[in-house]
Amino acid sequence: MANLTLVQAINLALTQEMEADDRIVLLGEDIGLNGGVFRVTEGLQQRFGEDRVVDTPLAESGIMGSAIGLAMAGMRPIPEIQFEGFLGPAYDQLINHGARYRTRSRGAITVPLTVRVPVGGGIHAPELHSDSPEAIYAHHPGIKVVMPASPYDAKGLLISAIRDPDPVIYFEPKRIYRAFREEVPEDEYTIPLGKAKIVEEGSDLTIVTWGAPVLQCLEAMDKLPDDISVELIDLRTIYPYDMDCIEESVRKTGRCVVVHEAPKTSGFGAEIAAMVQERCFLHLEAPVQRVTGYDTIMPYYKLELDYLPEADRIAEGVMACAAY
Amino acid sequence: MPTKVIYNAKINQIQILDENGKLDEKLARGGLKDAQVLKLYEHMSICRHYDEVAFKLQRSGRMGTYPQNMGQEAIGAVALAAIRADWMVPCYRENAALFLHGLPMEKILLHWMGDERGNQIPEGVNITPISIPIGTHMLHAAGIAWALKLRKEDAVAFTFFGDGATSEGDFHEAMNFACTLKLPCVFICQNNQWAISVPRSKQTASETFAQKGLAYGAECLQIDGNDVFAVYKAAKDARARALKDGKPTLIEAYTYRLGDHTTADDARRYRDAKELEMWRLRDPLIRTRKYLEAKDLWSDDKQKTLEAKAKEIVTKVVKNAEGIEKPTNDDIFDHTFAELPEEIIRQRDTMHTHSLGQRPEQETLRASARGV
Repeated sequence: MANLTLVQAINLALTQEMEADDRIVLLGEDIGLNGGVFRVTEGLQQRFGEDRVVDTPLAESGIMGSAIGLAMAGMRPIPEIQFEGFLGPAYDQLINHGARYRTRSRGAITVPLTVRVPVGGGIHAPELHSDSPEAIYAHHPGIKVVMPASPYDAKGLLISAIRDPDPVIYFEPKRIYRAFREEVPEDEYTIPLGKAKIVEEGSDLTIVTWGAPVLQCLEAMDKLPDDISVELIDLRTIYPYDMDCIEESVRKTGRCVVVHEAPKTSGFGAEIAAMVQERCFLHLEAPVQRVTGYDTIMPYYKLELDYLPEADRIAEGVMACAAY
Repeated sequence: MPTKVIYNAKINQIQILDENGKLDEKLARGGLKDAQVLKLYEHMSICRHYDEVAFKLQRSGRMGTYPQNMGQEAIGAVALAAIRADWMVPCYRENAALFLHGLPMEKILLHWMGDERGNQIPEGVNITPISIPIGTHMLHAAGIAWALKLRKEDAVAFTFFGDGATSEGDFHEAMNFACTLKLPCVFICQNNQWAISVPRSKQTASETFAQKGLAYGAECLQIDGNDVFAVYKAAKDARARALKDGKPTLIEAYTYRLGDHTTADDARRYRDAKELEMWRLRDPLIRTRKYLEAKDLWSDDKQKTLEAKAKEIVTKVVKNAEGIEKPTNDDIFDHTFAELPEEIIRQRDTMHTHSLGQRPEQETLRASARGV
C-alpha cells in the first residue's frame, strides 16, 4: 500500500500490466524519455524499452489508426493523445474504425485498445487543453468511456480498461492529477467498468458526477445547510453507465442534480436526466437539475473558473432543487 | 520494358550569411539592403528581449504557459519580403514575423495570459490568430490563398509550422490542395529539430523536410533558418513564383529551438547540453551583429541604446497587456454566434445551467438559493 497521486496510480497500473502482458505497447507523443507531458509514463521506456514505449511522429490520426492495427493483430496497444483538444485528427480512426470493427466483422475482428487522454479544465492551461468531450464519445456506439476521480479508482479502472476486449477511452482529469493522494494497494486489482461509486451516502438529494467535479461537489456539500443530506455518486464509467445505482439512489431521495464540466446541451447530464424521468418518474419531487459548463467555447483561463461548475454554483443548484 | 529514370529530385540548400557573419556576396545580390538588415537586427533583438520577459512573467505567475521563440527570430525576415496585403498564417513561434507584419506586440502576451482578446487581430492586419493544434492551420492558408486567387488580389499567404507538423495528415492535404489548385501559398517549415521531446530523427526518415513537398509539385528548398539573408531571399522568390506561376513553395528553414518547448517543458530531460551549446553559436542575432559590425554599421554604443530601447518597448507592451481590465463573464458567451440562441442568452443572464430559479415565478427559489 502506498500513498499515491492519480498520476502515480496510473503509472503503477501501466507498469504492472506491462509486466504481466507483453502484448501491451504504449505509443504517443513525448511518452518515452520525457515520460509524457504530465509524466504519467515516467520511467516506462527505461524499464520496458523503446519497442514497447514508443515516441511516435506527431500525428494523432497516425497514433490511433496504427493502434487499431496493432490491436487487430493481437497486441494490446495503449495509445496516448496528449490533450483532449487534439483528439480531433484521431476521431475518424477511433469512431469510424476502432469502434466499428467488431460489428462490421460480426465479431471476427476486435480492437482491444485503451486510449489514454488527459481531460478537463481548471489548471490554467492554454486553449484546447481544457475541454470535456466525454459525451461525444459516449454517444458513439462501440466504445467505452471511463473517467476516474481518485487514485484508487484510477488504477483499478485502468487495469479493467486494458483487459477489456473492446476499445476504451480513458479520460484522465488533469485538475486532480496531483491534487491529492490516496492509499493505493500494490497488488493488482480491478474495478469493473460500468459500476458507479457512492462517494457519500445521503437521503434528501442525489448528485451524479464524474471526474474532477467530484471534488467540487464535496466542497459544495460542505456549504449546504446541515439538514440537507446529499448522496454523491461518482459515475466512474460514463459508458456503459450504472443506471441501476442512480435509479436506486433517486428512488430513495426523489431529487437529482447532475454536475459536469462539459457544456449543458447534449452533455451526458441530459442522458441521465432522461433516464431518471424514465425510471423514477413517480418518485421525483423535483425536476432533474444540471450544473454544468455553459453552451460556449471553453474560455481561456482568465475566465475558466466562471465557466466550470465550481462549489458555489453547485450548491446553488442543489438548493434550488431541494427547495422545489 | 527497360528500366529508365522517370523522375529525378534534388534539394538545394541556401546559406548567404554564415554563422561567423560572413556574407556570400554573389547570393546576396538583389537581396536585403543594409538598412533592412539594421532594421531586422533591432527588431530581432527586441523580440529576444520580449521572449525573455515573457518567460519571467510566466515564472513569476503573471502569465500562463508560453512558448519561447528564442533562436528563431530570423524568420522575421519573411515579413520584409511580404506586402501588407499578404497573409500570415502562423503557429506560435513566429512572433518576429507577426510583429513586423503589424500584429500589436501585446496580443501574443494577452493570448498566453488566458485572454481571447489576444486573438482579436486589428482590422487591416492580415494575420490569423496563433494556432494551437499542430499542423492543422496550413489548410486555412491554402483556403486564404484560394480566395486571394479568386478575388484576383495581388497577394499571397505565408504559413508557418514546425518539423513535427509535417507528420500530420493535414500538412499533406494542404500541400496537395495548394499545388493542385495552383494557389499563391508559401509553406515555411521551421525545422527547429525538436517537437517537444521528439528529435527530428524520430519524426521522419526523410533526408530533408523540404523534399516532402516535391511529391505534391511544389518548389522545394532548404535554407539556413538563422540567416536573415537566406530567409528573405527564399520568401521573396517564393512570393514571386506563387504570383507569377501559381506555384507554391515549401521552404525548410533549418534552425534550432534554443529554449524549452514551452514554459511547461524542461528540455534538459531529453536534450544534450552540447547540442544546445553548438547551436548557441549559430544564433541569428550573433551573426547579424557581426555582419553589421564588419560593415561599421554597429557599435557597442548602438547596442546599449538598442538594449535600452528594447527594454522601454517591452515594458510598455507588458504594461498594456497587464493593464487591460479582466473580461466580464459575459465575454464567455457573447462571441459564440453572431446572434445568440435563446438558451445561451438565458445561461449568460442567469449564469446558471440549472433550469430552476431562472423564471420570475421562481424568484423565491432564487432568493433561498442565494442564501447559500
